[in-house]
Amino acid sequence: MVKLYSKEALEEIVKKRSEWESNVLPQWLSRMPERREEFTTLSNIVLKPIYTPEDLKDFDYMEKLGFPGTYPFTRGIHATMYRARLWTMRMFSGYGGPEETNERLKMLIKAGETGLSLAFDNPTLVGVDPDDPLAEGEVGIVGVSVPTIVDMEVVFRDINMGEVTTNMTINPPAPVLLSFYVAVAEKQGVSYDMIGGTTQNDALKEFIAQKTYVFPPEAAVKVAMDVVEWSVKNLPKWNPISISGYHIREAGATAVQELAFTLADGIEYVRQLIARGMDVDEFAPRLSFFFDSHINFFEEIAKFRAARRMWAKIMKDWFGARNPRSMWLRFHVQTAGCSLYPQQPWINIVRTAIEALAAVLGGCQSLHTNSFDEPFRVPSEFAAKIALRTQQIIAYEAGVADVIDPLAGSYFVEWLTDEMEERAWRYIERIEKMGGMLEAVKKGYPQREVEEASYRFQKEVEEGKRLIVGVNIFQEEEIEEIRRVPLLEFNQEEIEKRQKERVRKVRSMRDEAKWRRTLGELEKAAERGENIVPYVLNAVKAYATLGEIMGVLKNVYGTYSEPPHY
Amino acid sequence: MSTAHTPSPHTTKKKIKVLVAKIGLDGHDRGAKVIARALRDAGFEVIYTGLRQTVDQVVAAAVQEDVDIIGVSHHEGSHIYVARKLLEKLREQGAEDIPVVMGGSIPLIDIETLKTIGIREFFLPGTPLKEIIEKLENIASEKTKLKQI
Repeated sequence: MVKLYSKEALEEIVKKRSEWESNVLPQWLSRMPERREEFTTLSNIVLKPIYTPEDLKDFDYMEKLGFPGTYPFTRGIHATMYRARLWTMRMFSGYGGPEETNERLKMLIKAGETGLSLAFDNPTLVGVDPDDPLAEGEVGIVGVSVPTIVDMEVVFRDINMGEVTTNMTINPPAPVLLSFYVAVAEKQGVSYDMIGGTTQNDALKEFIAQKTYVFPPEAAVKVAMDVVEWSVKNLPKWNPISISGYHIREAGATAVQELAFTLADGIEYVRQLIARGMDVDEFAPRLSFFFDSHINFFEEIAKFRAARRMWAKIMKDWFGARNPRSMWLRFHVQTAGCSLYPQQPWINIVRTAIEALAAVLGGCQSLHTNSFDEPFRVPSEFAAKIALRTQQIIAYEAGVADVIDPLAGSYFVEWLTDEMEERAWRYIERIEKMGGMLEAVKKGYPQREVEEASYRFQKEVEEGKRLIVGVNIFQEEEIEEIRRVPLLEFNQEEIEKRQKERVRKVRSMRDEAKWRRTLGELEKAAERGENIVPYVLNAVKAYATLGEIMGVLKNVYGTYSEPPHY
Repeated sequence: MSTAHTPSPHTTKKKIKVLVAKIGLDGHDRGAKVIARALRDAGFEVIYTGLRQTVDQVVAAAVQEDVDIIGVSHHEGSHIYVARKLLEKLREQGAEDIPVVMGGSIPLIDIETLKTIGIREFFLPGTPLKEIIEKLENIASEKTKLKQI
């Protein structure tokens, strides 16, 4: 262990700091008192006025940081980082039917996005068809409706699936949407080893946030692990799971909770996969992550850096990974939707830019930037383009991608990175004592923690402890101006009608016997506890719909409904 | 359903009873939960429906619990559809005297449409809790006055 600062240097700094505090600072404070009684991050970490080597007195450079591409990967997972390849600019998009979304994807590709990301509507997210009574009025609103293989084919019309990678934000129905994707790619002539992308497939966080759960926790995790196992064995370029803190944060968690709960979810999945008899180095390189980037700039950067270091340690020390890739925390970031407000909506562009900058300085692998109009509706083309251009300015103009992990060595950032890590470990220990995240979720522990944090935050806003421009400071009467924000317009009723007709047409045209057989085989496989993915893929190819496949699985696994609590 | 009873700061007054509802498939429950707690802390009696309720379920609960106000938290764009259906169902059940308020992420232009349909108030993200509490108190007291007439 080699410490960064010598004993002599530290003694000198301590001495001078205490002199500064007693001789210099008081005079200044008497003339210029501080703006607030206490300065805190969004996780309520209290901040000092300055940080010095004293705050890093035991700092061991090699242990804490090392070099990019080497353990513990604090400085980045790749040795070259953005100097060789920029992060993937991956805009989360989808609305209406597959036709509308296909147009939007092509527009974004033309505008320079470098990866695709599909947003599905609520019926698709919870696995019901557009003509299900539960879907009424909700088809195509918050994302694209994809209930059949035919719809997926339309989404990717004129897009070569062998040349793009696609994230699909889909959870309980992940095996179905993955099967749609794989089947359509096959039809396009793309081989399995060329199919690249991500299924979110993070079952546990559905019970903490997002809440598009379908199956009870144990079955939900089982289905998710089926997708991981099958993908690892069949799709070498696929990220079968994106372990997501994003939604947990959006539901009101602090940055520390987001960090801890996400890694605890990851730990649970690693254990589940090992229990299936898989070798850790066989699957761990395919695990990926997804974080929020909120407005408290340095805390977010510290969170990303701490996350990388913690995961590397977990994989190496807890699970005995030998392949360095197993220790990589590869992650996507979305700027914080919950930090955007309808008041003076244009200023959301600035918030998003700051959050995106934090993600880049934190070393993300891919990034979605929110559009300023998102407090009202899914983004217009105009707003989505500004959001994408924000990333391009960061990448090509600002020069922040030219040096790797440029904030390393900042006394403050290193101190905050350590602090985030330490606080997150405390949460993880608590969850470990409960028996891991699956048990903790069943007990409602992370759910309650998030509830408490979100209420606390709201109280702080009410009390003026947290200031939000346009909301509780610098407010304006602006109703007419906001009304003039050009929003995305589409005829939802028309789209719902079209989607209902299409799903009925698919049902009427398929080979009835083959359809029945594949669904029957799926049911038996699920009952036997086998990996369901190959059976789902067969059913999809026989034109079984999303709702039908999920129906079969619900019969076997049962369904979940959350006990109402606030 | 979950009901929480906490002593009201104005124990002499009858507590205002609010049903906080989530209708449809949407999982965004942060707003609903924060509002439910804030109202409880302000002395309201709050019933939270939990997620994925249908309009029929919400109306049935409102009638059965004899609530003073229904508050719908909605973040998925189908607010006009839901509002129409909800008010229709309330009329069908002869419960149109229960005022309905909503909150969530919607285009401003839709607020007028919602008011035409019969939604009493709409609260956008960023609305102070204090303002929501005051408006609900006013709505409830108007309703009581109407009943007395």
